Amino acid sequence: MLGRLLFNKLLHDDKGGDRMLTVLLAVMVLVPVLNLLVPESSVFHLSTYTVTLLGKYLTFALLAIALDLVWGYCGILSLGHGAFFALGGYAMGMYLMRQIGDRGVYGNAELPDFMVFLNWSELPWYWSGFDMFWFAMAMVVIVPGLLAYVFGWLAFRSRVTGVYLSIITQALTYALMLAFFRNEMGFGGNNGLTDFKDILGFDLQSDVTRIVLFTVSGLALLGAYLLSRYIVNSKFGRVVVAIRDAEDRTRFIGYNVEQYKLWIFVLSAVLAGIAGALYVPQVGIINPGEFSPLNSIELAIWVAIGGRGTLYGAVIGAILVNYAKTYFTGALPEVWLFALGGLFVVVTLFLPRGLVGLFDKRRKRSAEVQT
Amino acid sequence: MPIQILYLLLASLLPMQLPAESEVIGFEALVNQLHVNSYKEKEAIIKQIATLKDSRKVTILQTMQDGDLYYRQSDKKIVYRKKTGDQYRITDVLSKQDLGLVDSGTIKKIKVNNKLRRILRSVVARLSLEDDDVDVRLTAVNNIVKNINDSGAELLRESMPAEQDEDVRAAMKTGIALMDVLSDEPSVRHEAVDVLAQSVYPAAKSRLEDILEKDEAGNYIETDVQLLKKARSGIENIDSKLEVYSFLETAFFGLSLGSVLLLIAVGLAITFGVMGVINMAHGELMMIGAYTTYVVQLMMPNHIDYSLFVAIPLAFVVAGLFGVAIERSVIRFLYGRPLETLLATFGISLILQQMVRSIFSPLNRSVATPEWMSGSFEVNAALSLTYNRFYVIIFSLLVFFFLLALLKKTSLGLQVRAVSQNRPMAKAMGVRSEWVDALTFGLGSGIAGVAGVALSQLTNVGPNLGQTYIIDSFMVVVFGGVGNLWGTFVSAMSLGVFNKFLEPSTGAVLAKILVLVLIILFIQKRPRGMFPQKGRAVEN
Amino acid sequence: MKHNVLKKFALFASAATLTMGMQATLAADTIKVGVLHSLSGTMAISETTLKDTMLMLVEEQNKKGGVLGKKLEAVVVDPASNWPLFAEKARELIQKEKVAVTFGCWTSVSRKSALPVFEELNGLLFYPVQYEGEESSKNVFYTGAAPNQQAIPAVDYLMNEIGVKRWVLAGTDYVYPRTTNKILEAYLKAKGVKSKDIMINYTPFGHADWQSIVADIKKFGSKGKKTAVVSTINGDANVPFYKELGNQGVSAEDIPVVAFSVGEEELSGIDTKPLVGHLAAWNYFMSVENEDNTAFIKAWKKFIKNDKRVTNDPMEAHVIGFNMWVKAVEKAGTTDTDAVEAAMIGISVPNLTGGIATMMPNHHLTKPVLIGEIQEDGQFDTVWQTKGTVVGDAWSDYLPGSKDVVSDWRKPLACGNYNVKTKKCSGQNYK
Repeated sequence: MLGRLLFNKLLHDDKGGDRMLTVLLAVMVLVPVLNLLVPESSVFHLSTYTVTLLGKYLTFALLAIALDLVWGYCGILSLGHGAFFALGGYAMGMYLMRQIGDRGVYGNAELPDFMVFLNWSELPWYWSGFDMFWFAMAMVVIVPGLLAYVFGWLAFRSRVTGVYLSIITQALTYALMLAFFRNEMGFGGNNGLTDFKDILGFDLQSDVTRIVLFTVSGLALLGAYLLSRYIVNSKFGRVVVAIRDAEDRTRFIGYNVEQYKLWIFVLSAVLAGIAGALYVPQVGIINPGEFSPLNSIELAIWVAIGGRGTLYGAVIGAILVNYAKTYFTGALPEVWLFALGGLFVVVTLFLPRGLVGLFDKRRKRSAEVQT
Repeated sequence: MPIQILYLLLASLLPMQLPAESEVIGFEALVNQLHVNSYKEKEAIIKQIATLKDSRKVTILQTMQDGDLYYRQSDKKIVYRKKTGDQYRITDVLSKQDLGLVDSGTIKKIKVNNKLRRILRSVVARLSLEDDDVDVRLTAVNNIVKNINDSGAELLRESMPAEQDEDVRAAMKTGIALMDVLSDEPSVRHEAVDVLAQSVYPAAKSRLEDILEKDEAGNYIETDVQLLKKARSGIENIDSKLEVYSFLETAFFGLSLGSVLLLIAVGLAITFGVMGVINMAHGELMMIGAYTTYVVQLMMPNHIDYSLFVAIPLAFVVAGLFGVAIERSVIRFLYGRPLETLLATFGISLILQQMVRSIFSPLNRSVATPEWMSGSFEVNAALSLTYNRFYVIIFSLLVFFFLLALLKKTSLGLQVRAVSQNRPMAKAMGVRSEWVDALTFGLGSGIAGVAGVALSQLTNVGPNLGQTYIIDSFMVVVFGGVGNLWGTFVSAMSLGVFNKFLEPSTGAVLAKILVLVLIILFIQKRPRGMFPQKGRAVEN
Repeated sequence: MKHNVLKKFALFASAATLTMGMQATLAADTIKVGVLHSLSGTMAISETTLKDTMLMLVEEQNKKGGVLGKKLEAVVVDPASNWPLFAEKARELIQKEKVAVTFGCWTSVSRKSALPVFEELNGLLFYPVQYEGEESSKNVFYTGAAPNQQAIPAVDYLMNEIGVKRWVLAGTDYVYPRTTNKILEAYLKAKGVKSKDIMINYTPFGHADWQSIVADIKKFGSKGKKTAVVSTINGDANVPFYKELGNQGVSAEDIPVVAFSVGEEELSGIDTKPLVGHLAAWNYFMSVENEDNTAFIKAWKKFIKNDKRVTNDPMEAHVIGFNMWVKAVEKAGTTDTDAVEAAMIGISVPNLTGGIATMMPNHHLTKPVLIGEIQEDGQFDTVWQTKGTVVGDAWSDYLPGSKDVVSDWRKPLACGNYNVKTKKCSGQNYK
């Protein structure tokens, strides 16, 4: 289909991805048309509410791809990916905060509102530079990447693996959550950063800006998918899969396992950071709740439900679970947790390869997808 | 106040005088007035009662202070009440006559507010100075010392010669010295400072500090150089003592936090450490234990004091059954895939949370603390250890050693260890591994339930109870070394103590963050925890 | 069959897009009232009650014939204690459901999250919880207390009636305690309290181990001067805090704790013994004896079908807010946001404690302040109350950043944050 037409080389063995990208491209064309060109009175008009909702799903899908890259292909179950997502979000949030300028409630051009009423006299040093878009965007990539590098370097070098790694990634995001809750940190404490006005001079509340953000999210997802596909198809990717399946053997063959793990982990963190940066302007707030370990576990569930080690499965899982969440929390709030909890159990018990694996009988592999 | 004190002084000066007939009538009339609504009037009545000689007044005032005095709505008779079944047995406070069983609606509490309670306390304290019980006298003296004034000191001076108990005398001496220090007579002041320098009463130190106060120009207001010197060395002396006590206190806090961590982690050490199952529903099993306590208390509202003894075994059974059910229905299909047990049990934890929300409502539930667990053991004025924490420490040790003995000394323990070390070999030797798995998981879950009973005494009982502790419990197990109960023990205690010694200088949040960072770094150094299991690694 | 799932997914995606798109609701003969309270997650404990309160009020109003001859219809959504979700659900309510007004939010962060949406789409929000102030939006009516309607009178009471000289300001580390304590600290210093007589302490959400902090408070309180704790400790952390106080022998007579976040609802879920005698400051107590209140309590118990349920301050705030909204709509003759917003200012309705609540030009209410002592049955015994009502102050006079800022939404000023020194209006109406 369309995806393969455009990216033949990458997708020649990836029918699922091909179809997923075709749908994505179709949605990316359809949504702006329905929102901007179809008049509001028409039944085919797509409200801005739906656009931001879809935009949010796309950023979640991007985050899911990031996790699938390390979990599905390298066997590292990170329960701290929410931390990278949130850090990217905070970097973007800080830029948006600085863009408010003197339009805050106190009219203080230098300090964000929460600093004014908590009597901060000057901007902390780590806020400097965030008034420049390029700097903030660099930080979106650098901060999660650097954290992942340092953390991964320590952990992989000392061969912390499996369960232990999952639990200390959880400790990492938990510690960051506690830290960001502290008002002394200068990131707005529990309230986080909110009340954004505009991005690069464009009003965040206008329909066109929202459509642009939606489209950028779609493009980022597309790009991340193709990049990930390229990587897992490359020699590098094959070594990574080998590490997942038999780490010691790969090491004995002579590969520097730690380096491979480290770089795939860093790349994944960077993708998560970008997802966070796209998420924040669309939902309008970033706060320490995003660091919550529960969010990271839920993220693992999206990937597991969709199907690990397929990339497009992660996308489908993320979108399906979040759509269900939106629907159920509106319609049947009491049932939601039962349904979600039941889904986790059923998927892990009966669908080890997720929804994708349920139908995709061709991809029979002798080796089970390893945990 | 002054009039009341005058009367009191008179009363204590003439202890042998018998109350006159008219006074008895006056007393009864006054007591019968206690049901009035206005706090001002009640205050006046109490002050009058305090002046009268009547043997019944201490009990009445004491009961009133505790908020346990009632009146019958029909005839405004003042009564004590005692819960009997669903009803209350009431007794006339004056005649001690039994007035029969009544419903709760027919009697009304005589309300007291803080001001009244304060007045009652000082009145009762003054009346209790001659009580036969040493503890009552000590409490009375301490209460007087807390709000020391001239009349209080006078009272202490009078009771002191008759006092035999050393502790009570020491407290009295401090109280008197607290006032003497303010006198004009230099020798009296010097003597008082000497007494205060030996005392660990918080008020003693602040009195000495007052002596050292400077005026705006930075000069001492006190002119007696000798006294200044004495006060300074006195403060040093007190500080060195207080330092020791505060160290002991922090150590106690640390051990008590450690014992809570031990309780929440030891069940996990079994399911995670021995069986290799990452049970994210562990917290919810504790929640089930806590709710069991709540239900038990609902069923036996008249025996709250014993409710915990019923709740502990029951919580063990209930949570254990949940554990066995979870193991049989879900986990047994996932052995050898620890990360998938994580996902599945996380799903179970969501279901269990929503379940209690549906059954018990999302509101927190009220679990009462038995009388014997409230309050604290006062070592001295500077150091007191709270009973509930004390019992939790003991309880966690009991649970820990019970588990240890179970695993080391019984045949079940032997089988559990055999299965965890080498499943196929154990099977070959005739161990029913499935049965052992279910029992082991049930045991770990049951221990979680028991931990829940303890938590119900320390914190909220609500649907979110489990989530609050789950990460902490994993940290403890991982830090200690998976598969090693002693590792869990050392890890819980050291994390607790470390946290508490950090807290004063960093604050609670930063202390917790530092502990987490420490664990993360430590795992890099020792990827298998402090006491790694030898031989077979958990996930291979 | 091979790629069925993907086909289905594609189909599903487009279908979902379409159904979401078809939301042009025809003008119905009902007026929709949005209810934006968490029904799941951590805040469900408090917010579920407010949802039920709104359902009851809507039902009662419909029995009286509705508003402007139309029936009211409550639209309930669940933002699940997830702050970004508040913004999303607010958008859903206004844009998709086309509600005329929304009653909702509890925590400050949820309000801050939803606020830009209400301002962008010109919706109306009634916010029923006591909060830190420092905000006045054209689209929000604050029916809970501002700091000067709760914190400052409570401190006045302790200072003047109890003679407190030393102060512990203990709170959970988030914006409401931070701001309130900043205000109180400035206020106390203005009253001549020295720095060494003020101790400030922050703890994280759900803090459970209070041993060290209570020991510190005990030490701080043993200096011979009357000491009190002003607590802005949030919900769940309170039970272990009071238990620890009780166990360490700190009684209400020695060191009273006055709390701003402990109400009847919270007390109903805990063992009240260690709390007896401690204080709370609110604008409403269930125990206030008054005809309107008795009727309200009766109606509530009947509606919720549970004789043990209690009422609390935020519920009263919703009652006042709802009655005001009804009155304003009838005055304006329409549910149009701007018209209702203009009509709201100056509207007066009776509150449940025997006084009158009036909506001020800064979108805050006049409220009485009550100090109550906690009783063993989980009720409050009023020990002190302000003479008459206090006007809510959106911008505290005790914060350097906001002391020159005023709010007045009447024309010609029509500004929520007007700086009287620089003569500038910033924030929402920034041009």
